[in-house]
Amino acid sequence: MSEKTPPIQATKMMKKLMADHFLALDRAAAEGSPKVAWCTSVGPAELLIAMGFEVYYPENHGALLGASRIATDTIPVANAIGYSPDICSYLTADVGAFLKGITPLTKAYGIKGVPKPDVLVFNTNQCRDVQDWFEWYGRHFNVPAIGVRTHRGVGEVREYMVADVAQQIKDLIPTLEKVSGNKFDIDRLREVVGLSKQCTEQWRAVLEYGARVPAQMNFFDHTIHMAPAVVLRGRPEAIEYYNTLLAELVEREKAGYSAVPGERLRLYWDGMPVWGRLRMLAELMNELKAAIVCSTYCNSWIFGAFDAADPFESMARAYTELFIVRDEAYKEAYMLEHVERYGCQGIIFHDAKTCPNNSNSRYGLPQRFAEVHGVPSLVINGDLNDLRCFSDEQAKTNIEAFVEQIEEMAA
Amino acid sequence: MVFGGIDIGSTATKAALIDDSGALLGSAVRRSGVDFTASANLALEEAAKQAGVDQKDIVGIFSCGYGRKNATMAQETRTEIACHAAGAYHHFPQALTVVDIGGQDNKIIKLNAKGMRTSFKMNRKCAAGTGAFLEEMALRLDLPLESLDQLARDAQEEATLGAYCTVFTATEVLSKIRDGVKVEALVKGLFRSVVKRVMEMDILEGTVVMTGGVAAHNPYLAQMLSEELGRQVLLPPRPQLNGAWGAAILARDFRARQLARE
Repeated sequence: MSEKTPPIQATKMMKKLMADHFLALDRAAAEGSPKVAWCTSVGPAELLIAMGFEVYYPENHGALLGASRIATDTIPVANAIGYSPDICSYLTADVGAFLKGITPLTKAYGIKGVPKPDVLVFNTNQCRDVQDWFEWYGRHFNVPAIGVRTHRGVGEVREYMVADVAQQIKDLIPTLEKVSGNKFDIDRLREVVGLSKQCTEQWRAVLEYGARVPAQMNFFDHTIHMAPAVVLRGRPEAIEYYNTLLAELVEREKAGYSAVPGERLRLYWDGMPVWGRLRMLAELMNELKAAIVCSTYCNSWIFGAFDAADPFESMARAYTELFIVRDEAYKEAYMLEHVERYGCQGIIFHDAKTCPNNSNSRYGLPQRFAEVHGVPSLVINGDLNDLRCFSDEQAKTNIEAFVEQIEEMAA
Repeated sequence: MVFGGIDIGSTATKAALIDDSGALLGSAVRRSGVDFTASANLALEEAAKQAGVDQKDIVGIFSCGYGRKNATMAQETRTEIACHAAGAYHHFPQALTVVDIGGQDNKIIKLNAKGMRTSFKMNRKCAAGTGAFLEEMALRLDLPLESLDQLARDAQEEATLGAYCTVFTATEVLSKIRDGVKVEALVKGLFRSVVKRVMEMDILEGTVVMTGGVAAHNPYLAQMLSEELGRQVLLPPRPQLNGAWGAAILARDFRARQLARE
């Protein structure tokens, strides 16, 4: 087994794709055509693409603000205008950045600011905060903020839920036609849903490389390489990208590379990434030779239900099947299945201060995993973007002690 | 053979030297200060002097605590969680729940009958219920830190303090002073607050052992926790040294495994 792990070459292609994506948005906003729609990460992007919009994802921008640690300076600006430090720090980082007139897109792509929206389209499947976030911009720009209100705490996905969400998606069409000036075309929607389906299957295949022993990719790789699945799903370039990445992964596996050289431990990550501390955590895990091989978060862009033959209902089903809107029993079974399939010896739960919807440690799930399933777990306190809520030292000591504990039990 | 353990905590640096049986030969406690390496060196030197051994005769040294990587003389580092577990199990070889109250962190560590950790918890990013909390309150009340234990024992009454946060608790204390509550009652209320913060972290099942500097200087805390639990909480012989002692035990066991492989 090689002790060297060269960087993934496909990353260069991804960087170009992301640059093209943001430059196209900037051009569209400047020229007024095509129209720009802002969309939540699991909003009805397929419909927006089918109707000719350039689609911009504020949550992706929130992650960029976190990863670049600009969020540290912008969150307090939003706090000062009334957005609590206890609500989504993607929202506060993004609104604060907007008020300060700064964005990481300037340094990365030479873009002055985020593209002005012509319409904002949310889906509350992530949380209620996305709706409040989009409505803030809707008021600011005086443009429509419309959306889908997904069922929450879902056990079995029932037909009435699917029918309801499908109807809500259909109800968006008149506004979108008015804003875009384009007529809705069902065949174009079928085509886009088909492309999203292909993208999601390829992303699933990429994630499966975490199940190899040793893992070919880990959580930290996934947080980078998921970008096309997040912002380019429904577009052919995302499919082309994952074809390239998958071909490279085949070769890397043959060459004996592994995500964490000398892998001796495999873990599951639940919850959001700590965007501003990804490098620190990746280095710590490398030092400990512990690979985070699977995560709830990166799996969130697998939408198995997409079906080009039945676009509205399949979109509705895909948006309602998501882990984040499911009940505790579903979440427990889902995580257990992945822990077993990926050969994880323990779970790290990230309890993100400002993201209760993506924090699954608050209702005794870690204890149930230990007591019922014999899977040890660790809860680390932190946040996706607000580094005031994260202690490097406490996280390090906790993770090191957790690794010691698992190895002691295995010895 | 002589083995050493260094525990560089946020407040104090502790050194312990033991023999093959795990018996303590020498020890030292120093303020950690701003130079962790220097305080570790000085603590080890002092412990060696007390034990009457030459430092070059120490076969293995492990370090733990916030400054564990600053202990340049240590062959290996372990977390303080591992070391407090090893120290407590050395004194009480049975299934245990270890409660360590440190300067910045509280830890609850559960061990099975073989001494292996089955789970652990640290307090959230907040110093409520830690040594830092008591230090801050002693400062507010203008009391020497070492007087707290006796004051709490002497209290005829107890002030109720409800806040999570150290700063908010200070405000509560000021309000009680204004209302004429006796200082003994306030200190006992502060101790109760520490006990409550510990009890809400995890279920304290089975035999409970309390370790760390706070328990060492305020053994009345162990008595209060015993009363809350309805069973006796144990203290190891030198609670503040428990982490360093455990680090030395781990160094000894590591050496034994090395010899077995050779």
